[in-house]
Amino acid sequence: MSREVIAAGVVPEEAPQPSRWRLLRRSGGFRAGAAIVGFWALAALFGPMLVPWNPFATDPLHALAPPSAAHWFGTDQLGRDIFSRVIAGSRDILTIAPLATLLGTIVGSALGLAGGTLGGAFDFVLGRIIEVLVSLPLIVVALLALVAFGASPATTIVLIGLVFAPLVARTVRAAVLGEIALDYVAAAELCGESRLAIMFVEILPNVLGPVLVEATVRLGYAVFAVASLSFLGFGPGPPSPDWGLAIAENYGVIAGGYWWTVSFDAAATASLVVGVNLLAEALHQALAS
Amino acid sequence: MSAALAIENLSVAYRARGEEREVLRGVSFAVPAGGAYGLVGESGSGKSTLALAALRLLPGAGRLTGGRVRIDGREPYVLDAGGLRRLRAHDVSMVFQNPARALNPSLTIGRQVAEAYEVLGWRRAEAEERAVAMLERVRIAAAARVMASYPRQLSGGMQQRVLLAMALAKDPLLLVLDEPTTGLDATVEAELIDLIAALRGELGTAHVLISHNLGVVARLCRRVGVLYAGRLVEEGPAAALLADPRHPYTLGLLQSLPSPGRRKDQGRLATIPGFPPPPGRPTEGCVFAARCVLADQRCRTEPPAAVDLGGRVSLCHYVERIPPLAHGTIRGVAFAPVGRAPTPAVIEAVRLSKTYRVGRRAVRALSDVSFTLGPGETLGLVGESGSGKTTLARLLLGLVAPDIGGEIRLDGVPLAALAANRGAAERKALRIVLQDPDSALNRAHTVRHLIGRVLRLAGLQGAARKRRLAELLAAVRLEPRHLAERPRQLSGGLKQRVAIARAFAGEPRVVICDEPTSALDLSVQAAILNLLADLQRDHGTSTIFISHDLSVVRFLADRIAVLYRGCLMEIGPAEQVFAGPHHPYTEALLSAAGMPGERRAPVRVASTLQGTREDGVTGCVFHARCPRRLGSLCKTVAPPVVEADGHAIRCHIPRGELGLAASPD
Repeated sequence: MSREVIAAGVVPEEAPQPSRWRLLRRSGGFRAGAAIVGFWALAALFGPMLVPWNPFATDPLHALAPPSAAHWFGTDQLGRDIFSRVIAGSRDILTIAPLATLLGTIVGSALGLAGGTLGGAFDFVLGRIIEVLVSLPLIVVALLALVAFGASPATTIVLIGLVFAPLVARTVRAAVLGEIALDYVAAAELCGESRLAIMFVEILPNVLGPVLVEATVRLGYAVFAVASLSFLGFGPGPPSPDWGLAIAENYGVIAGGYWWTVSFDAAATASLVVGVNLLAEALHQALAS
Repeated sequence: MSAALAIENLSVAYRARGEEREVLRGVSFAVPAGGAYGLVGESGSGKSTLALAALRLLPGAGRLTGGRVRIDGREPYVLDAGGLRRLRAHDVSMVFQNPARALNPSLTIGRQVAEAYEVLGWRRAEAEERAVAMLERVRIAAAARVMASYPRQLSGGMQQRVLLAMALAKDPLLLVLDEPTTGLDATVEAELIDLIAALRGELGTAHVLISHNLGVVARLCRRVGVLYAGRLVEEGPAAALLADPRHPYTLGLLQSLPSPGRRKDQGRLATIPGFPPPPGRPTEGCVFAARCVLADQRCRTEPPAAVDLGGRVSLCHYVERIPPLAHGTIRGVAFAPVGRAPTPAVIEAVRLSKTYRVGRRAVRALSDVSFTLGPGETLGLVGESGSGKTTLARLLLGLVAPDIGGEIRLDGVPLAALAANRGAAERKALRIVLQDPDSALNRAHTVRHLIGRVLRLAGLQGAARKRRLAELLAAVRLEPRHLAERPRQLSGGLKQRVAIARAFAGEPRVVICDEPTSALDLSVQAAILNLLADLQRDHGTSTIFISHDLSVVRFLADRIAVLYRGCLMEIGPAEQVFAGPHHPYTEALLSAAGMPGERRAPVRVASTLQGTREDGVTGCVFHARCPRRLGSLCKTVAPPVVEADGHAIRCHIPRGELGLAASPD
């Protein structure tokens, strides 16, 4: 008997596995992505208080001034300081895109979880609906909906969220199908767990990894989609410093050599997308290892 | 003549996450030309790394950090690229564990075997002729037919023969076999082992056999090396080493095997405390010190030197203290025998059948199986893969419904077919311990949650739940600190203890154990078997113990049922099933599982091509492979079930003429 007690008492002395979080922090991609996204998040929160010029103050005498010591990124057609506007302009996109992603992830995860767990006719019908939704071109649907319901941040959030939901659902469903095959699900069923408990208590924690990765990837697309929509005029109206709007307002004058009026807004949008994608890639790597 | 393989003082390190981990250290041994050498060790001991290092096939992260390798006098680590290629192309071959993965699924067998010859410079037509000859040489009867088949059309045993044929095509002087029979059924394994032994005699190839199975190594090898945590802890002639081990680890391994005839009421199994260390963990003293009964301060600080014992070597400070240990005190207390008064059965299975539909075809996974299980009784369920063992377990648990006509009764009351339709008390009465704890335990939850959840579903609240949790934990010999850990942080043995605790949590009437030890290392298996026997005795739980390992079943079971292709071939008290008269299939199983030192005339059954199973067979399901078939009678007429003293056999052969166990000599 005493031998047995020793047997159980010895720790399985596994080499301490570096936690996922530590692995993540070591990755260069994660650091770069976090720096970019963190910068824009700070800009969105505190930008308007820190910028050198009032982003809304017009100065017709210095309209379309090239970058200089006073105006680092130059000024636009109304003489507003572009640097201040780029910093302040991050607020709209950084509110709408994450909220839309959150909505899409929650709805999509719930659908994917239900489809994968319940299977049968429900899963079949859901699968076909997802296929139909995925095949619709995002921008066309978005334009129709925005025209129908009127453009507002809330509409944009709901719209992008609902467009993303089937994509998230598809990923989550695939992950759930992998889990369903494992014995712990059958074991839970045998213990008399309810369907809902199996879905949310047993399976959900094990698919959170893929959910997180998918959400981050979606966030990148959401940034792009929000910028596109506001470029097309379905975002905030003037005089908002929103990036998409700024590009829409000024792209007419690029031909005149006033490149700075759109370049910095475009670069800001691109950097945010790249930053989010770096995070997504690093997360994916860390969870896969 | 130089040795086929000589390894001197070999050390290998893997680079993982920026750290060098030494997975092999100071390994030396030699295999003479035409010799057979066995490498024994548990998972993570470095056996496969050793084989790869010998052929200079280490993966990118692996590196030779010391020592020399010579194959027939040539050094793979000194040769240039061309020399190395010639050495590999002409003189060494390797056969891996999983034949399904080693064969290309989209090419015919003929193409793949012929290719092995084409590489050596033969023309296509000649290569194909030689391929047929080689397939015949590995005892494949319908060689022409096999040449035209694809890998998926062959059974695992046949696939492994094909790989053996490909490996032998170049007539190598060294053949490395990495767990060649693991995962195969016992009768197929026995056949393959006979074949490997015969081929070595015919071709004079030197063999290095890597295995965790001491029985296989004992039958095939002249010399054996025992690897533990990257060290060759003992090395010597197979017979002497297995009969008279001189390292505490070897001794522990041998003693923890349920030897033939050992039963739970004759005493506990000896166990090796603790778990094998993870590969590459640096140790100061002896690698085995943490688990060794002899270990003292010296063992923990000073690495032991190899002690030469005249033709054999042991890596232990206290070699002289080991022989007395072998006859020592380890036997321990016996389990109290289970009183078997004629009591009503807990479980009655009546004419259970299960037919699965695969496309349009109906596949019968189980046909007409009836049995009873008494209170506190252990029924051993034996059979090879595809015999319906797991289907039977799933039927009992209500995970799938039996075909119309079958019934399961619990305490005389018929149970609903599906668990969802059974009452809470009925569901609680039947619990299962599954083979693979990694799959059976939800990795997202802590041990506390895993066991506590079952207790909550069983209706326990607050203090009562806490008390029961503590009791269960003590019963499976886990410690309170394990409660906060997740399965990932536990070793295989500990995980299986958690699964067992969960199964016993709701005070079930019947626990079904589906191969609970087959995913575990040998040295951990014994402790789990002891634990199951203890729990069963303390709780009076009836058990259905499913296993392919006869010695394990023999240790635990009171009665044994033998399944073959969904049919119950034999059922009876354990002693009677082992003593005979046996069903011819049971006889083949027993013979295949022969242990080191056991002598009996081997009974072998032919393996068949997969897919030759005739649907709508009217006769005995075993007739195609039966060594004692009685002509067309067995093929056309279903055999009767003949019962005597509660021992039923389904066979046409009169009981008096069926095989008996060989008397030990």
